[in-house]
Amino acid sequence: MAVVEARNLRKTYRKTQALDGVDLSIGEGRIVGLLGPNGAGKSTALQAILGLVSHEGELRVLGRDPWRERGELMHEVCFIADVAVLPRWMRVSQTLDYMAGVHPRFDRARAEGFLARTTIRSDSRIRELSKGMVTQLHLALVMAVDARLLVLDEPTLGLDLLYRKQFFDALLSDYVDHSRTILLSTHDVHEIQHVLTDVIFLDRGRVALSASMEDIEARFVEVLTTDDRLAAARVLKPVAERRMFGRTSLLFDGEDRGRLAALGEVRSPSLADLFIALLGETGPREAAA
Amino acid sequence: MSGARFSKQVFRTFLWQVRRELWEHRALWIAPLAVAAFATIVHLGTSLTASDAGRAAVLADPARARELVIHYHAMTGATVIAGLLVGVLYSLDALQGERRDRSILFWKSLPVSDRMTVLSKAAVPLVVGPLIVFPIVVVASLAMMGLQSLIWTLDGADPRELWVRVNLPFLWTALLYGLPFMALWNAPLYAWMLLMSAWSRRMAFLWAAAPFAAVLMVEHLALHHTPSHWMLERRIAGGVLQPYSADGQGVVWIERLSDLDPLRLYSLPGLWAGVLLAAGLLWAAIRIRRARTPN
Repeated sequence: MAVVEARNLRKTYRKTQALDGVDLSIGEGRIVGLLGPNGAGKSTALQAILGLVSHEGELRVLGRDPWRERGELMHEVCFIADVAVLPRWMRVSQTLDYMAGVHPRFDRARAEGFLARTTIRSDSRIRELSKGMVTQLHLALVMAVDARLLVLDEPTLGLDLLYRKQFFDALLSDYVDHSRTILLSTHDVHEIQHVLTDVIFLDRGRVALSASMEDIEARFVEVLTTDDRLAAARVLKPVAERRMFGRTSLLFDGEDRGRLAALGEVRSPSLADLFIALLGETGPREAAA
Repeated sequence: MSGARFSKQVFRTFLWQVRRELWEHRALWIAPLAVAAFATIVHLGTSLTASDAGRAAVLADPARARELVIHYHAMTGATVIAGLLVGVLYSLDALQGERRDRSILFWKSLPVSDRMTVLSKAAVPLVVGPLIVFPIVVVASLAMMGLQSLIWTLDGADPRELWVRVNLPFLWTALLYGLPFMALWNAPLYAWMLLMSAWSRRMAFLWAAAPFAAVLMVEHLALHHTPSHWMLERRIAGGVLQPYSADGQGVVWIERLSDLDPLRLYSLPGLWAGVLLAAGLLWAAIRIRRARTPN
């Protein structure tokens, strides 16, 4: 059974079509990056998956309808939505007490173990912590829950480089195993590239690309070619093209590498390159939803 | 999850929900406690300054018996009112504050349904409030009585006379009799405020009060009399008039145990109609809370 299964998922906010027929299938144990420009529908898709907004179309998360069964679903799903949503009046120790009280799958000792590695004091109020510390605390709480799906919506937004690195390191070394699925959205394509097993590119409420990292590695090739060979390269129908430093970079989808090598310097594009190539030239966008 | 384990966890979650509300809204217990403490101190002051002659005059005249009891009634009334007022402020903020500070995204990430959340928040003014007020009144009345007895003894008067005139067990019984009634009687008002707290983005108080103000104004201008005003007044005053005056008329006040009539009190149609209305309003608040994300 897929952890997340969506068919023709749609969501309209007044006049804005935030999701316009999204199909998703996320298998167990995958680490999926949901990428896309502002207003592409990333947050809306995640909110629908978490049962925070209503939707049209079919959507099952761990076999449940998230909109109707959010309370039940959250036994096995954790999320960090946006940043700094922990109640500011709460003490760190109270967050542990409360989580242990309401969440049957919360392991308090585990959370305390994570917190022991930080400088967070258990008698501090959350309003006294820095943004980075609040995120550390939230991650410690979430990682101490034995969940099957973890959803992170821009979890490191507003954090400095050091905290961002710590965040993903902690997640990878202490949380990831084969039965846990992670779905995360972010602007920072660079930082998460090495973490992911799959990517989904969203653009204007639609899936522009959904593939595993191996598939992407196999499918996409970037060729840097000089002007004299440009015409020959264009015959092979590149999916994107951009000028740089007197040469032209062409992106090919599913073309033979040997054949492309004759046209210029061949390399595998980074996720950021793909992002720009596939989503970068689609004209002006709607304001962020 | 098996049925028994399931309902045990539901109850456990409910208790933690309530506990977390008390962590966040400490005024819920601090305000009634402060009022009772203040009343006790005032009482101590007046007991200290009372003259021997005055005391003797009060004791000699049965018609002046009320003068001894009045402080105890005042303390009880003030504490109950403090409890009601913090309940109002709480209800107006309970489902709005979590959106203002975005913490709703944390609460919603936990296995706590919207129904559980709204019902546990409704339980705060309806159940927890009375449970806070009652012991505070008991302790404060005992403290007042103890201090007054001590002063009388030091002055050479017999404090036993005081314990006969001020019937504390009756005071407590009457409070136990009236507190659940007040909670149920006021339930539609609290439920309405919770609903407005869930519905409005800000200033829940204005939204909660606006429809009443509008109806009263229209009636006043168009009909030159205001039936709604009368109904609203009956509802608000009814919490005290119904349990503590004969037939709820507010003319003859109850004075002894035999005046209490729980059968009449708890079979008032207005009480249960209000409870039904409250259930409907809470149902609507649950639906609205489900669709709510931060402001």
